[in-house]
Amino acid sequence: MALLEVNNLSAFYGPIQALKGISFSLEEGSVTTILGANGAGKTTTLRSLCGMVRTEGSVAYLGDEISGKPTEQIVSAGVAHVPEGRGTFTRVTTEENLLLGSYTRRDKQAMKEDLETVYTYFPRLKERRDQQAGTLSGGEQQMLAVGRALMLRPKLMLLDEPSFGLAPLIVEELFGILKRINEQQKVSMLLVEQNATLALNLADHAYLLETGNVVISGTSDEIAADETVRRSYLGY
Amino acid sequence: MDLFLQQTLDGLATGAIYASLALAVVMIYQAIDHFNFAQGEMAMFSTFVAWQLIAWGMPFWFAFLICLVLSFIGGMLIERIVFAPIHDAPVLSHIVVFIALTLIFNALAGFIWDFTIKEFPSPFPAKLPFETNLIGPHELGVVVITLFMLGLIYVFFRFTSVGLAMRAAAANPISAALVGISVKKMLALGWGLAALVGAVAGMMIAPKVYLEPNMMLGILLYGFAGAVVGGLTSPGGAVIGGFLMGVLENLAGTYVIGSELKLTFALVVIVAVLLFKPAGLFGRVVVQRV
Repeated sequence: MALLEVNNLSAFYGPIQALKGISFSLEEGSVTTILGANGAGKTTTLRSLCGMVRTEGSVAYLGDEISGKPTEQIVSAGVAHVPEGRGTFTRVTTEENLLLGSYTRRDKQAMKEDLETVYTYFPRLKERRDQQAGTLSGGEQQMLAVGRALMLRPKLMLLDEPSFGLAPLIVEELFGILKRINEQQKVSMLLVEQNATLALNLADHAYLLETGNVVISGTSDEIAADETVRRSYLGY
Repeated sequence: MDLFLQQTLDGLATGAIYASLALAVVMIYQAIDHFNFAQGEMAMFSTFVAWQLIAWGMPFWFAFLICLVLSFIGGMLIERIVFAPIHDAPVLSHIVVFIALTLIFNALAGFIWDFTIKEFPSPFPAKLPFETNLIGPHELGVVVITLFMLGLIYVFFRFTSVGLAMRAAAANPISAALVGISVKKMLALGWGLAALVGAVAGMMIAPKVYLEPNMMLGILLYGFAGAVVGGLTSPGGAVIGGFLMGVLENLAGTYVIGSELKLTFALVVIVAVLLFKPAGLFGRVVVQRV
């Protein structure tokens, strides 16, 4: 059974239809990426999965229908969304941000262990644990966003443009850590990225979105070899 | 010198009331970005409920606690029934609803309990166990009870996970939902708490100003002034602002302008702060990109 099975999903912002019935699936343990130009519907896809926009169609997560459920219920089922723009709680400390990530959990002991796990992935966050999160650098805030998502002990992590606005070295470091999280913590990931090369390197499956439709899908290698993808998104 | 000390301490006692109202207003302001004009009338109504319970023969502190529970539930209901449906509506809709609530509570209190002035008992002993002419027993009691409540609220917001979640939901509702916080529940909880804090303020001031439907009008104005002085973005600042207003009001009334112009003083302070330091003493300057 696939971890996530999306069928004929449409999404609407008021009268505007942003997704026109897309279908895709995501295997447990895998990293899947959604590629596409600006306005193709990548962010909307992630937002739809979390119940943040009005949708039609079906989203099955671990066999359960989750479309139409309130965001906090989907989250507590183990779907962690790392939003575009990082979504930092700027006025509380770094550590409080992380604790908020485990808000839905009750297993205090395991939460403590997970906090340490996050700090081993991101030692910088430990150095800054008592600092107001709004004063962290962009890269640190992105790491904080991933760390906050990890604190949920998620089965599925939705990552929206994690490389956005970061220096190339930081991006490299971050994607290395994401790979380790995927392998060590068995967290499946759905990754939205403008940087297609980067995304295809991390992912094993990929979908290409164009104006609200899935136009190509396949393994990352197949997609990377595809003539149109190469010309339009990889640039060679 | 005695007069100065007396006036200052007495100011702290009324300041405690203003601080509570300022805190209630700021708590709601943080969550929904609007100023709740009805806060005073809600507090007045709570006080009437307590008066009724006492009139039915309940001991004061028992009535006090039941009144707090009822106010908390009432505050949550107001949020769920009245404000949840207009959550995304423009500011004017909110203002209209605030005014409506003010009028409804005022008229309802008058309808049920009529507009004649009632005496509200003070729960504190008539004589202090020690000799002093600096502060009255009721005033001292008010300061103690209010500080105790403010302390509890501080601990709640600072050290509990629900308190943290409430702060998170107010500051960043989208991210809060994404970590699994029910923003709706937090909003309702915030209203419940604000109503509870207001109820404490109402029950503490009622023995001094006597109970009647319009008793909170002037007091809320000072509460607003306290909130504005301290900064609408800072709950701690609002509390300090409230105490400051109480003391300044008394000192200005005694030494400068006389008691008739005291209320004007609150308005002057509001205007002055908004003119010269709009963020308040402890508020954050919010820069918005347009």
